[in-house]
Amino acid sequence: MFWSRAASQLLNEPQFRRGAGDMLSVVPGIAAWGLVTGVAIAKSGLTLPLAVLMSLTVYSGSAQLASLPLLASGAPMWVVWAAAFCVNLRFVIFSAQWRIHIGHLARPRRLLLGYLLADLNLITFQRHWPGGRREPGQVAYIAGGIVAIWVCWQIPSLVGIFLAEAIPVSWGLGFAGTLAMLGLTYGLMTDRSTWTAAIVAGTAAVAAFALPLKLNIVVAIAAAVAAGLLIEQAERAHRHLRGDA
Amino acid sequence: MSDTWHGVLTILGLAVVSFITRGFFLFPEREVKIPDWLTRGLKVAPLAALAAVVVPEIVLTQGTLLHTWQDARLPASAAATLYYLWRPGVLGPLLAGLAVFLPLRLALGW
Repeated sequence: MFWSRAASQLLNEPQFRRGAGDMLSVVPGIAAWGLVTGVAIAKSGLTLPLAVLMSLTVYSGSAQLASLPLLASGAPMWVVWAAAFCVNLRFVIFSAQWRIHIGHLARPRRLLLGYLLADLNLITFQRHWPGGRREPGQVAYIAGGIVAIWVCWQIPSLVGIFLAEAIPVSWGLGFAGTLAMLGLTYGLMTDRSTWTAAIVAGTAAVAAFALPLKLNIVVAIAAAVAAGLLIEQAERAHRHLRGDA
Repeated sequence: MSDTWHGVLTILGLAVVSFITRGFFLFPEREVKIPDWLTRGLKVAPLAALAAVVVPEIVLTQGTLLHTWQDARLPASAAATLYYLWRPGVLGPLLAGLAVFLPLRLALGW
């Protein structure tokens, strides 16, 4: 009774609908990526129940994909966990960002929301609320995005697990996820500091690719953030010297 | 310990990793004071992560730079980029990229 009332209240919340609606433009990318992740899980040698358990509980495509070869090669548990942690380090950075917007909620609730927040949630959120401060309606918007991504990810992922035999990995359908991220990346490149960050991150990720555990991603983010800050600092100093600051 | 329980434990551990990393700065009850420069730096972090994931996916094969142009990912990325310049968005560039990618991959084996 309480839950159905709470659910219908949430569904009628305009920001909840907006949050879910803003995800629709990226659904094909999420769905394709989920499908391929599902296929990859099923083809890694995990039994069907374990594959389903992984999709439903781990809920992090990149960490899942990174851990599969380790699982298959019989790596010790802590190595699998450590690798996943490194791949997921970006979420540690993102959680500080989310704290601004959901930090006022009770701990169980903010942790539940946090666990369900994927990369795309932050990207669409930042596009809709570029201010970087807490505003009314944000939690409903976040909840809408969470529900939309969870459903649009889990269904194709489970379908992929069950249809693994029929879809050859050689189709390279995972590249749809990359193409979707490409459009998102372009959308965030709006000024000189973001252009710099993107170029530095892309170059550093390639240059440091040989690092184990996907640490190249972490190195690239750190380098890009530093470069972005430097550019911003330099531009401010420039404006200051010209006297228009 | 049987293989099944070993697998279950490993996967549940991975779920805990997701929970801990995603909730990292949400655990403390008191606001963690994050310095201003860090907040500004964090604004470019999602973009940096995207670029860091995307670029190697396009230009690397098994950890080495592509040494052939006959790779479906390059023309597909170019098509997606051109489409983006024409009409910014996510879905359009994605479909334009796939329209180039799948025929090259399936028919020519690029």
